[in-house]
Amino acid sequence: MPAVNETLETVQSVTQGTYKWGFETDIEMEFAPKGLNEDIIRFISRKKGEPEWLLEWRLRAFKAWQAMSEPRWAAVKYPPIDYQDAYYYAAPKRRPKSLDEVDPELLKTYAKLGIPLKEQEWLAGVTTSPDGTARAPVAVDAVFDSVSVATTFKERLEKDGIIFCSISEAVREHPELVRRYLGSVVPPADNFYSALNSAVFTDGSFVYIPKGVRCPMELSTYFRINAKSTGQFERTLIIAEAGSHVSYLEGCTAPMRDENQLHAAVVELVAHDEATIKYSTVQNWYPGDAEGRGGIYNFVTKRGACRGARSKISWTQVETGSAITWKYPSCILQGPDSVGEFYSVAITNNFQQADTGTKMIHLGPRTRSTIISKGISAGHGQNTYRGLVRISPKAVGARNFTQCDSLLIGDRCGAHTVPYIENRCMSAKVEHEATTSRIAEDQLFYCRSRGLSEEDAVGLIVNGFCREVLKELPMEFAVEAQKLLQISLEGSVG
Amino acid sequence: MNVVTHKAGAAGFLHRFEGLRERLPGGRLPWLAALRDGAAEAFRAQGFPTRRVEAWKYTDLAPVAEAGFDEPLTAVDDAMDLPPPLAGARAVFVDGRFRPDLSSLGGLPFAAASVAHGLDALEGRLGALARPAEEPMAALNTMLFEDGLLLDLPEDADGGVLELLSLATASERPAAFHPRHLVRLARGARLTLIETATAPEGARYLHNPVFEIAVAEDARLTHGRLQQEAPRAFQLSTVYARVAAGGTYDNFTLNAGGRLVRNEIHVALVGPRAACHMNGAQLLVGEQHADTTTALEHAAPSCTSRQTYNTVLMGRSRGVFQGRILVRQAAQKTDGYQMNRALLLSPEAEMDSKPQLEIYADDVKCSHGATVGELDPEQVFYLRSRGIPEGRARAMLVEAFLHEAVEGVTDEPLRRALDAAVAGWWARQEEGLAA
Amino acid sequence: MLKIEGLTAAVDGKPILKGIDLAVPAGEVHAVMGPNGSGKSTLAYVLAGREGYEVTGGSATWDGLDLLALEPEERAAAGLFLAFQYPVELPGVGNATFLRTALNAIRRARGEPELDAMQFLRLARERLRALSMPEEMLKRSVNVGFSGGEKKRNEILQMALLRPRLAVLDETDSGLDIDALRIVADGVNAMRGPDFTALVITHYQRLLDHIVPDRVHVLVGGRIVRSGGPELARELEREGYAALQAQAA
Repeated sequence: MPAVNETLETVQSVTQGTYKWGFETDIEMEFAPKGLNEDIIRFISRKKGEPEWLLEWRLRAFKAWQAMSEPRWAAVKYPPIDYQDAYYYAAPKRRPKSLDEVDPELLKTYAKLGIPLKEQEWLAGVTTSPDGTARAPVAVDAVFDSVSVATTFKERLEKDGIIFCSISEAVREHPELVRRYLGSVVPPADNFYSALNSAVFTDGSFVYIPKGVRCPMELSTYFRINAKSTGQFERTLIIAEAGSHVSYLEGCTAPMRDENQLHAAVVELVAHDEATIKYSTVQNWYPGDAEGRGGIYNFVTKRGACRGARSKISWTQVETGSAITWKYPSCILQGPDSVGEFYSVAITNNFQQADTGTKMIHLGPRTRSTIISKGISAGHGQNTYRGLVRISPKAVGARNFTQCDSLLIGDRCGAHTVPYIENRCMSAKVEHEATTSRIAEDQLFYCRSRGLSEEDAVGLIVNGFCREVLKELPMEFAVEAQKLLQISLEGSVG
Repeated sequence: MNVVTHKAGAAGFLHRFEGLRERLPGGRLPWLAALRDGAAEAFRAQGFPTRRVEAWKYTDLAPVAEAGFDEPLTAVDDAMDLPPPLAGARAVFVDGRFRPDLSSLGGLPFAAASVAHGLDALEGRLGALARPAEEPMAALNTMLFEDGLLLDLPEDADGGVLELLSLATASERPAAFHPRHLVRLARGARLTLIETATAPEGARYLHNPVFEIAVAEDARLTHGRLQQEAPRAFQLSTVYARVAAGGTYDNFTLNAGGRLVRNEIHVALVGPRAACHMNGAQLLVGEQHADTTTALEHAAPSCTSRQTYNTVLMGRSRGVFQGRILVRQAAQKTDGYQMNRALLLSPEAEMDSKPQLEIYADDVKCSHGATVGELDPEQVFYLRSRGIPEGRARAMLVEAFLHEAVEGVTDEPLRRALDAAVAGWWARQEEGLAA
Repeated sequence: MLKIEGLTAAVDGKPILKGIDLAVPAGEVHAVMGPNGSGKSTLAYVLAGREGYEVTGGSATWDGLDLLALEPEERAAAGLFLAFQYPVELPGVGNATFLRTALNAIRRARGEPELDAMQFLRLARERLRALSMPEEMLKRSVNVGFSGGEKKRNEILQMALLRPRLAVLDETDSGLDIDALRIVADGVNAMRGPDFTALVITHYQRLLDHIVPDRVHVLVGGRIVRSGGPELARELEREGYAALQAQAA
């Protein structure tokens, strides 16, 4: 198939060019010295004016981390990481007091990413979706390297009693909440990267939705890695009290560089009785170039606890970026009748590697979970779904349905499926299905005979393949994600 | 999981190997001595795998490691009660040693002999497929095997049906035996090999066979395994099969006996259009633990594989299914399918399954599925609404579930043997339920 | 005679049937029509005794026998047959085994001798022929891989074999083409007589052109809102349920 080879070449030539978020912002930064030791941790804690208990919490995590070794079970390969050869704190020098004081360079940076940080712009509908319609306002927390630089719509949200701020601010303003929930879903020593994060996390978002409140707008955080040789270790904590509802979205980008940068985040969600948390991610970290140079190592621990009866946590992720993704957004279904969902699209092109999936731990009676995973591999990309469904003896009447589909584009990539199913409850029902295939010639031909270019046909078919997942994204972001998919695979044909 | 126990259990076998090293069959053959030494080294390094080892995540060998095994003490002339043969030809092994006096192999159109007596000619063949460095139980077998069945089918030979009966005897202390069976089918040959086992009810032993099977171009081996070991026995078996272009290897395993059983099958499809069907049923009660682990490698284009495994669990039993399909880059036009289903009929039973796809070629059609649950209440209601009492309705659905796994077996004699074994098993359970 | 009085039922705690009164004299065929969500299928399931359909009040008797107190298989033995709207697939259960087991269970309950394999096969073949169904149907697993039409015909085949005295046909016409519809209708009509009573549940009048009912009842919002002769079906086809729904609301 010469057409295929040709288009595969096109993919390679365009992929590098199409990462349009690869610019660097020239801004005065403050760094901690390179390396990782107790002094650096004290430095970070001091910088953020943290209370003593948090410093001790960090130091305990650091001790635990020192005794741990990197997990090696994932199907990803990379050279050893020198944890001493990186900066663990990098922040813009000028710290704004309010939105008006934000460095214009930063405002420009986020504007370039399509995220206005000025509420007036949102409200004026300056930003429009690709389809031309004005977007609904979205409250944004912008995290630039190690710190949060701005959070919008705070006053509006406060009217409903909603707290949406950086985690640093939450430590200062709402210490009782942070202390109660931090590490309660992902204990610091849960794994190598969560221990590292707990020791050195610098910023991230904090959300608290009071009892019975339905959050009136989408909340979102945009993470930007900008500085060289810097790791990003953000920490997100979302608490939804009984009967509340929140939809949260995170986006992430980074400059194009030859070096690999580490991103090791921890996200914790807590849903009380009848609360719903919808957490969406459009992960677009720099994936590295066509030869596999550079790109972000994305080693993330995300976990939600459905503590209350009939609570619900829904993870949706569109993973197009990063050189390596190691990530398993999970649900602990504790409350009776609680619901966990995981919808994922992961694309690996060029030399990208993704090992991603979920864990659904059914503890309570009649808990239900759904897993829909769509993996797309192109170039030399390696894409692994790894998931665990565990039904404990008390999860009477529990249900799980899992569907994992993989699409291969080209014959040098790999698609792997590794589900673990552990059922200890007779009345529970677990169903798992997985398929691997490529885009069928007849589908392509059919589209082309109707006048579509080969590229458009692939885009159309891939979008169709991912539809079940994309439709879970909040409206405002679905179009963006769809476009991103197309860009990530532009021109590829299988 | 107790690492110390695992180490001590392994040390017992290593100690025995050191004591017997010179006296084991083929002790004078340098190639074999080297093979055994290499295996011993691998077993020393790995020991009995703990559950930390990914391939053994769901099966804990502590009961085996703890047991403390002796040499089988069978005297050559012990009188034996043999079950009636399934087909005409039968090779009989007692405690892992070939017994020509009990076997009936006359008039076969191919060579069937004892591995122990043919070792001189087996250099390069014995050990060609087994991987002691990867599979510790194969290492244990290589280190200590004494005998096995050696089958050679010439080109286009129709070998008919051959039964391989393994007998274990009861003795004071549990015995361990590690037969090594070698099967080779030349181009166009065919054979149905059916394994059966029998032992006194109370016998405790470890049966640790390794099969090395080579299926040449357009040859076809149907390999049936009726695992009905004694209730307190351990069986840990490893099958390696390599299938050339246009060849077929079919494996059907019924896991119904034993206290702790692992049935591990590695099949490599190395020539175009090779095919493999692996089916099985696990029927578990009481404290039984049964593990079926398959690894299917598609290394050549246009090969087909089909796998269906059904497990029925009662009592406090535990079932494991691990199935990996690996499709290499060269294996375009691969068609691979795998299904494993489990029926939990008791609140204390547990099923763990880990199907796995690892795919490096793009023009492939691969899928797997897994379900675990109890009987579907909709189906039960449908049957009841037609007048069938609840108990009978449930039994019908269990029978259908078992039947489904056997369905894929096209070989008539094997099918009959399986049907009888499955029906017999279910009848015993029904009786138990009724009582 | 089927007699339903003040029958109320709930699914997942939500009331669906809100007081059904209905009497079908022996030997008659009555139709129950209604829009989607009116409770038609719930009525069918409640009569057959499906789990999860909770009777909260009222009664349903068949020749004085309290149906609601019986297990599903006891109702079948008493002569009740439900033709499912969505017949259930039973992988691995052969159609012949299934039919013979069911038939013999019912015969046993009625004190009739059981049929052996040969007798059964003869009977089954005869019924198959009458329904223009291929014999191969007996060899397949129950409803597995059957088309929508084949599943419905399989339901009618079961009815023809089990010879119920009271049949409840739940949307048997849905998904049938005109030829299949005629076969199904013929199957039902062939059973009509003083010993055969039926409740035909349907959304459309179409089936009732072929199975002409003695009476038509309209179910809206969990209650019978109107009853009449066969002409009522035609009127509904013309005018729709909207007026009746508005009236019931």
